[in-house]
Amino acid sequence: MTKTATSPATRASPTVNLHVLGPVLALLLLIALGAWLNPNFLSYGNVTNVLARSAFIGIIAVGMTFVITAGGIDLSVGAMAAFVAGLMILAMNSLIPIMGVGIPVILAGMAVAMVAGFIAGWLNGFLVAKVGIEAFIVTLGSMGIYRSLVTWIADGGTLSLNFDLRTLYRPVYYDGILGVAWPIIVFAAVAILGEILMRRTAFGRHCAAIGANEQVARYSAVNVDRVRIATFVLLGMLVGLATIMYVPRLGSASGSTGVLWELEAIAAVIIGGTVLKGGFGRVWGTVIGVLILSLIGNILNLASLVSPYLNGTIQGVIVILAVVLQREKKAAGAR
Amino acid sequence: MGDAVTASASLGATPGPEGAAAPVLAISGVSMRFGAVQVLFDIDFDLRAGEVHALIGENGAGKSTTMKILAGYQPPSGGQVLLDGAPVDFAGSQQAEAAGVVMIHQEFNLAQQLTVEENIFLGRELRRGPFLDHRRMQAESRALLERLNCAVDPRAAVSDISVPNRQMVEIAKALGREARVLIMDEPTAVLTTRETEILLEQIDRLRAAGTAILYTSHKLDEVARIADRVTVLRDGRHVLTAPASDLSTDRMAEVMVGRELSDLFPPKPLPGDETVLKVEGITIPGLIHDAGFTLRRGEVLGFAGLVGAGRTELMEAIVGLRHAAGRVEIKGQQLAGGSVRAARQAGLVYLTEDRKEKGLLLGKDLTQNLTLLALDRFTNLLIDRQAEAAALDRAITEFDIRAGDRGMNVGNLSGGNQQKLLLAKTMLAEPDIVIIDEPTRGIDIGTKQQIYAFIAALAAAGKSVIVVSSELPEVIGLSNRVAVMAEGRIAGVLEGDEINEQTIVRLAIGMAGSEARAS
Ligand SMILES: Nc1ncnc2c1ncn2[C@@H]1O[C@H](COP(=O)(O)OP(=O)(O)OP(=O)(O)O)[C@@H](O)[C@H]1O
Ligand SMILES: [Mg+2]
Repeated sequence: MTKTATSPATRASPTVNLHVLGPVLALLLLIALGAWLNPNFLSYGNVTNVLARSAFIGIIAVGMTFVITAGGIDLSVGAMAAFVAGLMILAMNSLIPIMGVGIPVILAGMAVAMVAGFIAGWLNGFLVAKVGIEAFIVTLGSMGIYRSLVTWIADGGTLSLNFDLRTLYRPVYYDGILGVAWPIIVFAAVAILGEILMRRTAFGRHCAAIGANEQVARYSAVNVDRVRIATFVLLGMLVGLATIMYVPRLGSASGSTGVLWELEAIAAVIIGGTVLKGGFGRVWGTVIGVLILSLIGNILNLASLVSPYLNGTIQGVIVILAVVLQREKKAAGAR
Repeated sequence: MGDAVTASASLGATPGPEGAAAPVLAISGVSMRFGAVQVLFDIDFDLRAGEVHALIGENGAGKSTTMKILAGYQPPSGGQVLLDGAPVDFAGSQQAEAAGVVMIHQEFNLAQQLTVEENIFLGRELRRGPFLDHRRMQAESRALLERLNCAVDPRAAVSDISVPNRQMVEIAKALGREARVLIMDEPTAVLTTRETEILLEQIDRLRAAGTAILYTSHKLDEVARIADRVTVLRDGRHVLTAPASDLSTDRMAEVMVGRELSDLFPPKPLPGDETVLKVEGITIPGLIHDAGFTLRRGEVLGFAGLVGAGRTELMEAIVGLRHAAGRVEIKGQQLAGGSVRAARQAGLVYLTEDRKEKGLLLGKDLTQNLTLLALDRFTNLLIDRQAEAAALDRAITEFDIRAGDRGMNVGNLSGGNQQKLLLAKTMLAEPDIVIIDEPTRGIDIGTKQQIYAFIAALAAAGKSVIVVSSELPEVIGLSNRVAVMAEGRIAGVLEGDEINEQTIVRLAIGMAGSEARAS
């Protein structure tokens, strides 16, 4: 049926469109603002810098979109990233005497990161799905655990990667193909695959179904526990992947690595239009959310119009605005 | 479209029952549209004190919408609502309630996490000083429920009580508000004959006390028994208002559907010999005791029993939705317990009686609901969205689903159309054995006939069907055999001539005892 713009209920559609287009408009607005305030904003260097930095949060936020869509939440990702980075550095450093400085050590380190992410995600998922503890509680607990574990293995200080290995590993963050940095390429690939996974596969549908009404999902032969665990495992592995991209940047990990990443990831998901209660998720929205958050920081740094210390304030306002928009969509949906 | 019928309609000024007063609540020239879809056209309708007015029509005819307009839940797109003859503009249901207009919704409107008592007094809690007076509220709740012969504990959480009991709570809540006008949208859809009887007695009492009552139901014998006047809607248009005494149930059905209806039940196909499902010793402590039965290929097995007899629980245990002791065999293969997926792969599916909480995702569109159970059939790494759209086309035709717009939320479909969608969703899984819990709950008589024909056709095609139903005529009219449950046990399995109302009721209330036979 075609909709004609005559009826009173069409008053609903601008709001819905705003809900869909809102994040996109906000992003475009920010870009315009940035370009206007500082001519360097659109320079190759700055764009690469912003995108590469947002890649870590971005990769994690894509995974977070699935967890939230399925009605969960994961507060542990920042601490998990720090812990995985610590493990990875520890593993690589201790492999050097055996394998020497070379690519195999780095590959082994990457494997450690992925496996550690997998296990950490699975543990969260298992406790939520099988033991039946609230995701909020489980991941609040594991957040504390990973944070203290990484501080412990770093002995309160900083774990540093062997200097020669660091030189070898650096290009993974700083190089790229055709001038596009690796983190950006990986982020883009994760985002595209994530979007397809969410929109076009049974897994994505099942996540949304579970988040919308777990009972209905169960009665519809959806393996609720397995899907729920899978969302946490996916997120854990993406944390592993993000860590792989992050370690070559600084070559170290400490108790303060990845602090507040979880909040930034969750904020990006919400700004992107995913419903915090679950039932509806949008990966492309999350990507926009991530870009919005990092552009705000970037613009504040470049423009010296407002103190960069107010970064958090502005981000917070945007998150709240996004939720208000979500609510209006719901009211317009008139259930 | 049934012009003959419309011609004989006597609009508006039908004489009501003796001494009927002027209308308490009325609508005049009301139309309603949702987006581009118009669902009500120029409706006139009135309610008088001390009168039961029944509103009937097919699924999606606009009954619930009319009621919501009367009760202030939705403002009409055009026309007026008149209270005591003067136009009013209810700003919401609270205002309508304050004016004495109370509505019981087709879909439950209870807060699931709150207790029965808290629900009954929601928004008008009794206080003693600054504190809630729980003792008095409990006592009054209990008294209200007692009037309905309902033994639910006022302190139980609504989520823990059965669907029919929730309906009783809903009715108690309305009774407690001492309404001048009581609007009930399919209150008996989830009730068994006995509970319905109790409800009808309560309606009689309210009518005698001068309450104006608006009532819908797809059970036309009920309408004939209780209504003073009947109004028929078809496709959003007013077709007829007449004294109930002038209309037979057949006539009502005809006017509703706009065509003559032949026999409601198709002939029963003969089942084969092969046993496809064998259930043994299912036990859930406190709910089901050692239940067992068999089902043959091409057979329709009915399950009758009072509410609380454990029929739904037994079926849920069989398909793996509940943990239970016992054994389920499908075509000789034992089914792993506790997995709906395993059951579905073995060709066994279950259609729930609770479409709102367990059957459909109300906030999602038709397609996503339709294919959720059988999504694997549409997935080959990626979901084939064209195939999904085609499946929706087929479902809409086959099950006559009336949706204004295919992209709409399922929660906005009329109740009966939700049920049809749920049926379509279940059948999309291509089961060999299908358990249907209350197949025609909230479905109009024309569609009922289609669903009965559909069940018979399934059986004739070699599928096996279990029909759990609280409507005895349905169980009797469809089934080759009827299992009767009482208090968590299978009290007996009836065959051939034994399948009649008396025998079933006797078994169901635990009178006939020991006649149980396993087959
Ligand atoms: N909020 C809404 N948005 C869009 N369409 C709606 C909405 N509410 C109702 N409709 C449509 O209005 C029509 C009438 O619905 P209504 O619920 O009044 O039917 P009904 O007569 O009560 O049917 P049933 O017997 O199945 O309960 C249906 O086609 C329904 O899809
Ligand atoms: Mg209705």
